[in-house]
Amino acid sequence: MDRNPVTGTFSGNRGLQIEEPLIFEQDRPGRTGVDLPEPPKIESRLGGLDRQGAIGLPGLSEPQVVRHYTRLSQKNYAIDMGLYPLGSCTMKHNPRLNEKLARLPGLADLHPLQPRRTVQGALELIDTLAHWLKTLTGMPAVAMSPAAGAHGELCGIMAIRAALEARGDPRRRILVPESAHGTNPATAAACGYAVEAIPANERGRVDLAAFKEALGPDVAGIMITNPNTCGLFETDILEIAEAIHGVGGYFYADGANFNAIVGRVRPGDLGVDCMHINLHKTFSTPHGGGGPGSGPVVLSEALASFAPLPYVVHGADGFRLVEQDGDPAATGKAFGRLKSFHGQMGMFIRALAYMMSHGADGLRQASSDAVLNANYLMASLRDELTPAFDGPCMHEVLFDDRFLKDTGVSTLDFAKAMIDEGFHPMTMYFPLVVHGALLMEPTETESKDALDQFIAVVRALALRAKARDAVSFQEAPRLTPRRRLDETAAARNPVLRWRPPQPRGEAAE
Amino acid sequence: MSKERYTEEHEWIRVDGDVGTMGITVYAQEQLGDVVYVELPEVGRKVEKGKEMAVVESVKAASEIYAPVSGEVVEVNEALTADPATVNRDAAGDGWFVKIRLSNTGELDGLMDEAAYKSYVEGLH
Repeated sequence: MDRNPVTGTFSGNRGLQIEEPLIFEQDRPGRTGVDLPEPPKIESRLGGLDRQGAIGLPGLSEPQVVRHYTRLSQKNYAIDMGLYPLGSCTMKHNPRLNEKLARLPGLADLHPLQPRRTVQGALELIDTLAHWLKTLTGMPAVAMSPAAGAHGELCGIMAIRAALEARGDPRRRILVPESAHGTNPATAAACGYAVEAIPANERGRVDLAAFKEALGPDVAGIMITNPNTCGLFETDILEIAEAIHGVGGYFYADGANFNAIVGRVRPGDLGVDCMHINLHKTFSTPHGGGGPGSGPVVLSEALASFAPLPYVVHGADGFRLVEQDGDPAATGKAFGRLKSFHGQMGMFIRALAYMMSHGADGLRQASSDAVLNANYLMASLRDELTPAFDGPCMHEVLFDDRFLKDTGVSTLDFAKAMIDEGFHPMTMYFPLVVHGALLMEPTETESKDALDQFIAVVRALALRAKARDAVSFQEAPRLTPRRRLDETAAARNPVLRWRPPQPRGEAAE
Repeated sequence: MSKERYTEEHEWIRVDGDVGTMGITVYAQEQLGDVVYVELPEVGRKVEKGKEMAVVESVKAASEIYAPVSGEVVEVNEALTADPATVNRDAAGDGWFVKIRLSNTGELDGLMDEAAYKSYVEGLH
């Protein structure tokens, strides 16, 4: 009997892991899920411009399509399936209550161009969420429309640029710590600034002396993530804020890690001028294939009047949107508009549902539990792995690859072995300031039982690596639908579209 | 004068007359892993010592490459665009990045020679 050389089975399936062809490979011309009447005969008036062949849509029956996408979904890994320790990404549980509310008739079927009097509830929802965001951050204003974190960065840096230009003081440089998310320097460069990297000190924080050295009258601002991407609180943050303001620059905070400090630290008290908030990280709206992001930006007094259009105001006859600069209700000189409509409404609903169902005490507990869970990982792994920095961490714990030295096992191999154990790997090789980084963020979602199981797996793998079993790591993953993929070939020669086995022209007719 | 000089950012430069050929070191390509993409500056661009000049992307990360000296880019290694793996195969030879006409040959004095770079790398990690 013919057996598949990889799976050893006749079908090529591996138990319940079905070997699923592409939907285009399942095409049978004429097969369809709906029974349409034969079109009437017509005389073409296209003057020879008629389509010459099939347009290449696959023909499948309804059950085939259902099975195809169900099988593909089973090959995915998601927060609904298990612990998802991807550092810097905050993969926390998406409460089903959020989903229920987002699907309420009256919210789910809104249209952004509906008359104002028919959407008072939706405008109030945006306004209430804005109130919570301003309260939690201690900031006086918020721009709700940015569609995701990097879009929020763009909003913040454009507000800084508008403020500087309004006072006739355009500047050249933006300072960014070495450990920053790559989007920070990218945003600054996209806005026309020269980016200058500030090194980290041996404690994993911004090197204060190097930062002060780089300051000057041409510095527009600094972009800092706090807690930073090493999972550490920037302990010199007040001095940094004072120094940047001292030279007339602005303080941009990357709020990607706000989930570590909600209810405990208000960025406004740290001297922040603007900060984007990833609703999809901090306030549990689905992301990473599960839904779009949303990145509202809170603004200080100095920047508030440059906030982009549109925004919600309280009018004499209810809530309304300021859509244009000349609007009598306009509170300032907007730098422009970032998005065609009002923002990611579906995410606003989910984030507000999360806030209101948790309450102030619940939000504070969520950030505290996230920090506690990360420190539990650190305390339980520190003797087998090598923490990159001493002392407690915030919401994520960072290890380097010293524990793998001379084992022949790389951080990449270690991550692949975790897949065989049924876990999504942690973030690896980021942040770049640490050699062979392994960055783990458990979030508050995980119970002690779940963390203990994860810890046991990571410890067992570390011991196996140190027992000179490099080959089993280099062969991993062995139990997945596909074995180790050739990532280099995929990056160098990406195959981005399927092509039929024979030219479409010949297949048609 | 044609011996290599090295930066702490792991670039090398070999100067002939007033034109220097530069690339990244064997150590740097080992740390990066398989290189999948190289972005080179345009010929004629003025570069400044220590400032970003090119980008190299590997399976692990995208990293900036800094100009080891100030000057003008007079030639770039187009072959890297088609075959970025050259950087892994021969970082110190065929995997060169750009040639720079130095505006200040005195800047070379601040760079390490081979022995100094070797002990610098040994001191890392």
